[in-house]
Amino acid sequence: MKAVWPHLPALQVVIPLIGALLAGFMRRGTTAFALALVVSWLMPVIAVCMLWQVLSSGTISYHLGGWEPPWGIEYRVDALNGFVLVLVSVVGAVIMPFARRSVAFEIAAPQRAWFYCMYLLCLTGLLGIAITGDAFNAFVFLEISSLSTYVLIALGPDRRALVAAFQYLIMGTIGATFYVIGVGLLYLLTGTLNMADMAVRLAEAWPGQSPAVIAALTFVTVGVSLKLALFPLHAWLPNAYAYAPSWATAFLAATATKVAIYLLIRFLFSVFGASIDVRALPLSDILMALSVAAMFIASTVAVFERNVKRMLAYSSVAQIGYITLGIALANQAGLTGGLVHIVNHALMKAALFLAVGAVFYRACPMNLTDLAGIGRRMPLTMTAFTIAGFGLVGTPGTSGFISKWYLAIGAIERGWWPLVIAIMASSLLALLYVGRVLEVAWLRKPSPAIADASDPPLSMLLPLLVLALATIYFGIDTEWTAGMASTVAKALLGGVR
Amino acid sequence: MTASALPPALVLIAAGILLPMLSGRLRPTLLLLAPLLTLYLIWQVPDGVAARHAYLGYELVLVKGDALSRLFATVFAIMAFAGGLFALNQRRVIELAAAFCYAGAAIGVTFAGDWLTVFIFWELMAIASTLIIWSVGPSAYGAGLRYAAIHLLGGVLLMAGIVGEIASTGSTAFDKLTLDSVPRGLILAAFLLNAGAWPLSAWLPDAYPESSWSGMVFLSAFTTKTAVFVLLRTFPGTELLIYVGLFMVFYGIIYAILENDMRRILAYSIVNQVGFMVVGIGIGTEMALNGAAAHAFTHIIYKALLLMSAGSVLYMTERRKCTDLGGLFRTMPFTAICGIVGALSISSFPLTSGFVSKSMISEAAGKEHLAVVWYLLAAASAGVFLHAGIKFPWFVFFQKDSGLRPAEPPWNMRMAMAFFAVLCIGIGVAPQALYALLPFGVDYIPYTASHVVFYLQLLLFSGLAFFLMLNLLKRTLTITLDVDWLYRRAGVSLAKSFDRLAGRGWSGIATWTTGGASAVGRAARYYHGPEGILARSLPTGAMAFWAAIMLVIYLALFYL
Repeated sequence: MKAVWPHLPALQVVIPLIGALLAGFMRRGTTAFALALVVSWLMPVIAVCMLWQVLSSGTISYHLGGWEPPWGIEYRVDALNGFVLVLVSVVGAVIMPFARRSVAFEIAAPQRAWFYCMYLLCLTGLLGIAITGDAFNAFVFLEISSLSTYVLIALGPDRRALVAAFQYLIMGTIGATFYVIGVGLLYLLTGTLNMADMAVRLAEAWPGQSPAVIAALTFVTVGVSLKLALFPLHAWLPNAYAYAPSWATAFLAATATKVAIYLLIRFLFSVFGASIDVRALPLSDILMALSVAAMFIASTVAVFERNVKRMLAYSSVAQIGYITLGIALANQAGLTGGLVHIVNHALMKAALFLAVGAVFYRACPMNLTDLAGIGRRMPLTMTAFTIAGFGLVGTPGTSGFISKWYLAIGAIERGWWPLVIAIMASSLLALLYVGRVLEVAWLRKPSPAIADASDPPLSMLLPLLVLALATIYFGIDTEWTAGMASTVAKALLGGVR
Repeated sequence: MTASALPPALVLIAAGILLPMLSGRLRPTLLLLAPLLTLYLIWQVPDGVAARHAYLGYELVLVKGDALSRLFATVFAIMAFAGGLFALNQRRVIELAAAFCYAGAAIGVTFAGDWLTVFIFWELMAIASTLIIWSVGPSAYGAGLRYAAIHLLGGVLLMAGIVGEIASTGSTAFDKLTLDSVPRGLILAAFLLNAGAWPLSAWLPDAYPESSWSGMVFLSAFTTKTAVFVLLRTFPGTELLIYVGLFMVFYGIIYAILENDMRRILAYSIVNQVGFMVVGIGIGTEMALNGAAAHAFTHIIYKALLLMSAGSVLYMTERRKCTDLGGLFRTMPFTAICGIVGALSISSFPLTSGFVSKSMISEAAGKEHLAVVWYLLAAASAGVFLHAGIKFPWFVFFQKDSGLRPAEPPWNMRMAMAFFAVLCIGIGVAPQALYALLPFGVDYIPYTASHVVFYLQLLLFSGLAFFLMLNLLKRTLTITLDVDWLYRRAGVSLAKSFDRLAGRGWSGIATWTTGGASAVGRAARYYHGPEGILARSLPTGAMAFWAAIMLVIYLALFYL
């Protein structure tokens, strides 16, 4: 144990990477699943150990290959990315048991092992983005996660998945290119790729708003915004989520956009924050306007959407709007709200997509009208859906309420009352689209098409229920989520000029 | 956390959640024991803060006791017990589960020491009561949906008010407020919505009668009376409430007189009776507040008794229209007598519970020299006797013979009715026990000669009026059975014209708003609907174009 302890940051990334390689050599889906399960369950152990270490003794700096930081690659774990690592790995671990049956149902036998291989690669990439302290290394991991994501989406049972994956490939590539252009500019300006070092040098050499720094900031912001599906750069997301395999959608919705959001926060607050006042630029105004637009427009689209998975995908765009709103507010309460919504939204959206996956596993319908009366046939599944749905609305007693509460407080602290009303009003839109499903699922007569559907087996039901209960639990006990988010927000704002 | 600090509300809510998982004998046992345990816990709550919980950086005061909260919590627990007893044969367990969560949440509000706790239990009540209505089945879905929508609106108003209140004063304490800011106005509006105050009162007679024979017994007790409690706690002595209350009193009477469905009559009379309490709160003297609190206590019991009686009739005959009923005294004498006791109480007949509580409100109005209020309340008392005191028992149990010969309801329903009938008369005969529970000291003696004579006169004359009009129409009644006709003849054309006027105004507003709303809806569908520009799948080029646009916008704005 003693020998492993200092190498935890490397193991966090290396274990899934090796797992992916091994899975690539496997033929049978079941063995690949077993491997993916073991890896997924190891990840949170490592992540929690690191977070504990960070909280008790401060930032971890790991020098890959023993090279000193400004030259070599540094893995740097502080409260912010420790938090993100725990989130990503825990979500992966919790929903992994669901995958076996769902994947076996939706994906042809020869491709199942590849599915797990791609999942492990994607996990490698996401954890890598979160853990690395090197801007270019983050780009490499961004590409690893993106490329594997395109494959995951293309494996979807619907042929439209291919088009969706292709569009995402184009958009993801543009995003990554913008990001790498931004990083290139920063490298020209500072001569370093290490984020912490970059921040120091930017503050020393380029104080104030130099055009080059601003160009770099713009490219990075827009590139990452594409990856996190900020409105109006979200157009790739609804189809990608709607046609990907059910389990992959749940995993990606809960983790991929969240890691991109992490990257945005890292650049805005830790890298640029030290040299330029992010709040003085129109950046925060633009981000705010786009967030509010996302909250309303994407929610309204969701209200009219007939395909349940696409509806949830649009709801994701709207919910990401809440998170970026918290970033744009850039004060203690607002940022806490945004950060805590990263966790809360990840948990409830995973629950919702898993519930939809479970319904698909049992009954195959995806249009809203086919779901008539499904609540009577699959009561536990739909109960979980209902709880998580109320979370989206922000009903008190669910975790969604906590996020919106902090956001509202943050808006009030900045004196923007209309924003408070916007938060409440967009919650009503969420009530409409969630309520539409609930009305169909619970109040209508069961249609004959779903006559012999029933709750899925325990391996699928358990992850679903755990996530739904977490939605309630984190709505009541906010010590771990909001408490942690508040610590992180304080640290982030402390580093800003 | 000792047993005494265990929030009483949580016991009932936990029981409600457990109920669907139990079967056989365990379910009735829990149904009867949980309210009794809650009642015991309620009386263990000391004065002052008893349970806290840190939440969102605020201190939630889950349990804070004083005389007022104990009074309301006590009657809520008694209500849950008698309602559970009455509903033992209710096969739809989801209704019972929801009813217990509902009662628990109401008790939670009465012990809440801060705004957030109030809000949490408030919303829980809305959800649980909607479930009670929905548990009936497809016939109640529409009404339940409307009910839920109105209460969600109330929740939004309350939330906005609370956030504003906390932001502007920095205090979360759930305490007396003066009506001097917008957030407080929102809070008051949310409270009045739940109290059934006009113009957002239509949810009550719309939704309650759609619930089952036992569901309405629960529904009648908690939502409106919790609203009375929070008004008592936060807005005592707000003059506006006098007018709101008087309006509710007469609104309830007029509509109840026009109504034919026995349970809708009783629903309107809830609005009417809550109106009395709201007037009392508006007057705001110690005696008026005592009166409002006492009237809430007695009202829950006699209104539940009336609804149990009506529920028994519905359970045995499956009919609810006055014109379909009548002459049931022959085979349901026990139910009829209990109904009559309830009817006498609601009419505040001397020696019943209504007399000892309602007369306090009138007396307080008199003491404050609010002559107009006093006269209106006296007139309203006569009106109550007309619509609920006589109309309900007369048309259901007497009048013509409908040919129905239902048996008495099962023993548990009779027990529940007997229990409440005894309480009604017991409180009426010996009011001191109730008076001892009131928030302020009582030096009021209900049984003075002038009080008794005044009320007896009032009741006798309005009763006389009822039967005089009835005699006038007796011959046609046996043939037409048309109740509306009877009242149209008796000069309620005034009420009708008022109804028409209100109807015209309302439909004008409704057309205007629906017109506007449907235009917004069309626009939303045009842009956001499946084929709309914001929802259809874009070609890849368009997506890339947007990325370029964003880049340009950022750069342009940064360099400007």
